[in-house]
Amino acid sequence: MIVLEKRPQPSKAWSYATPLVAVLATMVCGGILFAVLGKNPVQAIGTIFWEPLFGEFAFYYRPQLLVKGAPLVLIAIGLSLGFRAGIWNIGAEGQYIMGAIFGAAAGLAFYPLDAWYVFPIMVIAGAIGGCLWAMIPAFLKVRFGTNEILVSLMLVYVAEQMLASVSLGLLKNPEGFGFPGSRNLQSYESAHNAELIAGSGMHWGVVTALIAVIFAYVLLNRHMLGFHIRLTGEAPRAAKFAGVNPARLILFCLGMSGALAGLAGMFEVSGPSGVVSIDFNVGYGFTAIIVAFLGRLHPVGILLAGGLMALTYIGGEIAQSQLGLPAAAIQVFQGMLLFFLLAFDLLTNYRIRAARREVA
Amino acid sequence: MDLGEINPVLLLASLMVAATPLLLAAIGELVVEKAGVLNLGVEGMMIVGAISGFAISVETGSPWLGFIAAAIGGAVLSLLFVLLTQVALANQVASGLALTLFGLGFSALLGQSYVGVKPPSMGDIHIPVISDIPVIGPILFQHDPILYVGIALTATVWAVLKYTRVGLILRAVGENHDAAHALGYKVIKIRIMAILFGGACAGLGGAYISLIRVPQWTEGMTAGVGWIALALVVFASWKPWRALLGAYLFGGITVLQLNLQAAGVAIPVEYLAMSPYIITILVLVILSADKSSAPASLGRIFHASH
Repeated sequence: MIVLEKRPQPSKAWSYATPLVAVLATMVCGGILFAVLGKNPVQAIGTIFWEPLFGEFAFYYRPQLLVKGAPLVLIAIGLSLGFRAGIWNIGAEGQYIMGAIFGAAAGLAFYPLDAWYVFPIMVIAGAIGGCLWAMIPAFLKVRFGTNEILVSLMLVYVAEQMLASVSLGLLKNPEGFGFPGSRNLQSYESAHNAELIAGSGMHWGVVTALIAVIFAYVLLNRHMLGFHIRLTGEAPRAAKFAGVNPARLILFCLGMSGALAGLAGMFEVSGPSGVVSIDFNVGYGFTAIIVAFLGRLHPVGILLAGGLMALTYIGGEIAQSQLGLPAAAIQVFQGMLLFFLLAFDLLTNYRIRAARREVA
Repeated sequence: MDLGEINPVLLLASLMVAATPLLLAAIGELVVEKAGVLNLGVEGMMIVGAISGFAISVETGSPWLGFIAAAIGGAVLSLLFVLLTQVALANQVASGLALTLFGLGFSALLGQSYVGVKPPSMGDIHIPVISDIPVIGPILFQHDPILYVGIALTATVWAVLKYTRVGLILRAVGENHDAAHALGYKVIKIRIMAILFGGACAGLGGAYISLIRVPQWTEGMTAGVGWIALALVVFASWKPWRALLGAYLFGGITVLQLNLQAAGVAIPVEYLAMSPYIITILVLVILSADKSSAPASLGRIFHASH
């Protein structure tokens, strides 16, 4: 009989190995899925993971990796802080939307003024928008003990309605011939989050994502607050005795993840997307949850995981156009990854051993 | 704007229809949570139930077979949750999220060829005499059979939890799994049964949306009903009849805001559409002060190490 034995300490080796094993398992199972859909599995997997990096049109896709990866990393870094402490913000999608609305609104308020300070103000407004939206579940949890999972999630639906409302009303392009959607920020010089080096995909969002990674690394490893976050997650009772203030931690973790998600939304709306429209959000806030776990809630891991997830997005789009692979298949593929990751994590904390049958 | 156009009888009748998917999912989750497991994958199981029920009833022409398929579909997806949380001992919050993310994608994949298809109709039951009573008849006694299944399920779950040995064991497992284990109850086995039941119920609820309430298939059509069902369990303080009451309350809000939209009230459509979610938050705030009725082992991992 096989029994599970709890390891006295989580295995270091397995905690590094599980994401890799999970990716491999997902490739195998994803391949089976693609085969069932009538596609050549080897070709499909190859297209997803190889084409964007080394294929014929890689010069076009590589910058796209940065564009897709940046919001994922930015949001996931924020989420990971809370997840480590057992504070579950799963409404990043809503904070992302609010960041975009606030950021774009700030920019459009200055239209058509040409000044250097327009963009920085938009950045601040975006962060504030996301932060405020995340402060709702944080405040309710601190004050009333309300479940932050449900509140933050409900606020995603509210934010989506807000988005619909502003793109049809407040922020609608006055010269848009009545079509929904705001002015295109790409054609408003002072508010445009343009590529820093043309054709590289490198925009301010990418820079901010990298700064966030470094900031989170320093916070978690060199700072008292980071230590408290880790302590609360790993040993809540010890954290209590160590004098950790749970309310402060909740406000910080949710507020920070909201601000980062808001920034991601703001950089997206002022750069790659350009307009506030009803279908602006594409689920980065939810995919970032997978990124956070895939990266083991570690800043550097998240950076790598964000890159990998961006790869599946781009590769998925290529597979969609070249092989006719349905878009939903990629979504399933990403979901599978999280499944395998959680399942194989067993090996980090437990040892599997063959044992003699004994009386329980 | 013409509020006079809103027919109160029709409003109350459609309230019951709007409440049923919530009720089915919430009753299932209530049993799961009573067994001490927090499955946040309700939304995922619902949407998978919605598409499997839809596909099977379109293919076979029988809504009944569709509902059976939906229950099986929801239960199969919850089996993944079982593998993660009961076998691989993974974190329940993360696993539930995984279930929802996976379910949304998987249902979209299955449903590609069913967009715009019309499902076979189930038809309403008609009991002579009672269904013909004015006002009360159309409100209470002229619905599809599944709506009554939902109410019957509530009564059954209430009775089983309160009066039977099975219910007592289930509650014991949820309150203190170590004690239940020491008494010789199979904690994991009982929890697995509860999770599967919850999955089947969520599947039924999903199919109710795609086959009766709407009825058609669109991607992500459950639109947060699964999450509201989770909130409803908290609202009900884990009591079946209060879940029924809560479901009717939320159903009422949904139907009322739709009616107000149709009547052209001076409130923008978007603000009306967000009202059920905001009210859910408000209700959670009001009720979260009292956590004493939550099962004590809720969300904790059980591993029989000795």
